[in-house]
Amino acid sequence: MISEVLRHIEDIGTYPVISLLIFVPFFIGVCVMAIRMRREDAEHMSKLPLEEEGA
Amino acid sequence: MNLNEQKGLKKMEMQKIRYDNVIVRNFAIATVVWGVVGMFVGLVIAIQLFEPAFNARLQYLTFGRIRPLHTNAVIFAFVGNAIFMGLYYSVQRVCKARMFSDVLSKIHFWGWQLIILSAAITLPLGFTTSKEYAELEWPIDIAITLIWVIFGMNLIGTLIRRREKHLYVAVWFYLASLVTVAVLHIVNSIEIPVDYLKSYPVYAGVQDALVQWWYGHNAVAFFLTTPFLGLMYYFLPKAANRPVYSYRLSIVHFWSLIFLYIWAGPHHLLYTALPDWAQSLGTVFSIMLLAPSWGGAINGLLTLRGAWDKVREEPVLKFMVVAVTAYGMSTFEGPMLSLKNLNALMHYTDWIISHVHIGALGWNGFLTFGILYWLIPRMWKTELYSRKLANVHFWLGTLGIVFYASSMYWSAIVQTLMWKQFAPTGVLQYPNFLETTLQILPYHMIRAFGGLLYLTGAVMMAYNLFKTAKKGSLVRDEEVEVPARMDNVADVHETKHRWLERKPVQFAILSTVAILIGGLVELIPTFLVKSNIPTIASVKPYTPLELVGRDIYVREGCNTCHSQMVRPFRSETERYGEYSKAGEFVYDHPFLWGSKRTGPDLHRVGRRYSNLWHYLHMENPRSMSPGSIMPQYPWLFDQETDVRGVEPRIRAMQRLGVPYPKGYDAQAADDLRAQAEVIAADLQKENAPADPNKEIIALIAYLQRLGTDIAVPQQ
Repeated sequence: MISEVLRHIEDIGTYPVISLLIFVPFFIGVCVMAIRMRREDAEHMSKLPLEEEGA
Repeated sequence: MNLNEQKGLKKMEMQKIRYDNVIVRNFAIATVVWGVVGMFVGLVIAIQLFEPAFNARLQYLTFGRIRPLHTNAVIFAFVGNAIFMGLYYSVQRVCKARMFSDVLSKIHFWGWQLIILSAAITLPLGFTTSKEYAELEWPIDIAITLIWVIFGMNLIGTLIRRREKHLYVAVWFYLASLVTVAVLHIVNSIEIPVDYLKSYPVYAGVQDALVQWWYGHNAVAFFLTTPFLGLMYYFLPKAANRPVYSYRLSIVHFWSLIFLYIWAGPHHLLYTALPDWAQSLGTVFSIMLLAPSWGGAINGLLTLRGAWDKVREEPVLKFMVVAVTAYGMSTFEGPMLSLKNLNALMHYTDWIISHVHIGALGWNGFLTFGILYWLIPRMWKTELYSRKLANVHFWLGTLGIVFYASSMYWSAIVQTLMWKQFAPTGVLQYPNFLETTLQILPYHMIRAFGGLLYLTGAVMMAYNLFKTAKKGSLVRDEEVEVPARMDNVADVHETKHRWLERKPVQFAILSTVAILIGGLVELIPTFLVKSNIPTIASVKPYTPLELVGRDIYVREGCNTCHSQMVRPFRSETERYGEYSKAGEFVYDHPFLWGSKRTGPDLHRVGRRYSNLWHYLHMENPRSMSPGSIMPQYPWLFDQETDVRGVEPRIRAMQRLGVPYPKGYDAQAADDLRAQAEVIAADLQKENAPADPNKEIIALIAYLQRLGTDIAVPQQ
């Protein structure tokens, strides 16, 4: 279905490929950064809004 | 419990500070008041779409003028104030610091309200640029810029003076919104003033359209979405009393979203005269956008894991769950509508209206309501006045959205199929546009009913919150104990993102780079590559009378209901005439392609009807088209054409590169009068009491010019 839809878009070749080439390394970089984050840092950060409860 | 104990550090020196709750209260009141006003105006224009006399025959209340009032009130007044309310509350707390400056907070608040007030005055008076969600004229644009800078200084100042080492994810979204809205607003508002409240954009035609929808799409992204995602990441965990589902996912969500969003603007211009490559780019990035959008929505919903029992009882969570679900729905619908084949069907129909209202009523409205119900009792140190009333509000609002959306979806399908239906003989089955309008009027009534339910709920909330505040007392300055200073040095194993999370300025700069990449790839080629807009030798600048008539068209907001863009489909060329070419719009400052066909397209309306037809039609549309829902324009027959204003208009156009001969401004008024005499004489011949000095003549001149520059093949 999706490929059928994409086939009907004119000039589908070049620009999406260029944009994908820009985006994929960016995306991989962000994923690497997220994965490399230490567990305790992530836990601490995600609890930040709850810290001042009752203050 | 706190960071120091967790890390086993020595006890840090503590200090008492006070959070500013007054600024949060002010923005909260403004949110509720402007919310009710904006929704009420929405209801009025919804009724006008089946009962045109509902404008009391006043020019200040016609659909074309107050539809922008509705959109501006809801986006910048209701949602805008809600953003600032939630932001001022959450930033102080996740940064463990009072706002940088109370004075800046106050200037921001009152400045923003004055901007809203000036919009509420100027839009009904007809001062508009015609660009959707950027209608406000140049002095107000400058005021918005100044107030935005004040807000930026206050936010960044607070982040620099924070006592928490790392910036919480909500703050990233606020920062990205701050810088991107600034970029969008400035680029889309570059205009040349003609007088104190009138300007022409420096861009024309296709370029103006691209810049406008690059802005329009990203106004949705960085005003209605990213700040609200920031609010979601703070208030949803607060209300559910559990941390966000995945902090790592939020990193991927944030960067992918802001990077991708900016590319998707051209999906508003599919099948128009915009170059094909730009259209394809818009489509592809819109599809990719689905991933980070849903990543965020899932992160929000999964935050409630193990707390679904609370959702059953707690109105705050009910509102938030529906809000995040609506976000998921509208961000699914957006990419689907960007597919060219679906867009060909649904663009210009009520589907788009439904789509934006899933976002506005569901995502923005319900998240705001949830936050208000959570925030007000806390700041006033009391319980909510009535949970029952809040529950009734929830159901009224939800039902309102269901009535609104389902009727508009249905209306869109009915109308688009009628537009495209051919009879077996090969001619249009419904050649009269009005026939398709009359068919969908019942759905417009149901939509208005949905809006009424939603508004009723909002009024109930206003009452409930007022009573809540009355029974408690506001903690104006909330005292808390926080570490006296922040130790902003690198951790032993600090990763790149951890470094970024403690550097607000670098974070803002990188966010700007991320959004600029997409923006530049889109805009620069369109401005530099000449072949993008093939010029057409026969396309000439407007005559002075046509130019003034065009400004009347803009003032009355005709473009809110009529497009000027015939797409290259047989169903459209059969109905309207030759499809629109990019080169036909090179002198159109601003472009007036429109985004909705409540009435028929007007690009090829020139010379299609007689002057008399237009004259009678503007006086009372129902005299020429029985059952039409277009308002009457009696004031055009009383008000005199602004002849003196034509000189500065011509000069402004010359500065923009429109090739009027040198010194033509001095001659323009005479030419204007001469052309008006010809049209008036033609009307008088038909026994119409036409006066060449009245605005109606200028408007007819413009309408008769539309789309006639190129030789249109005879049908």
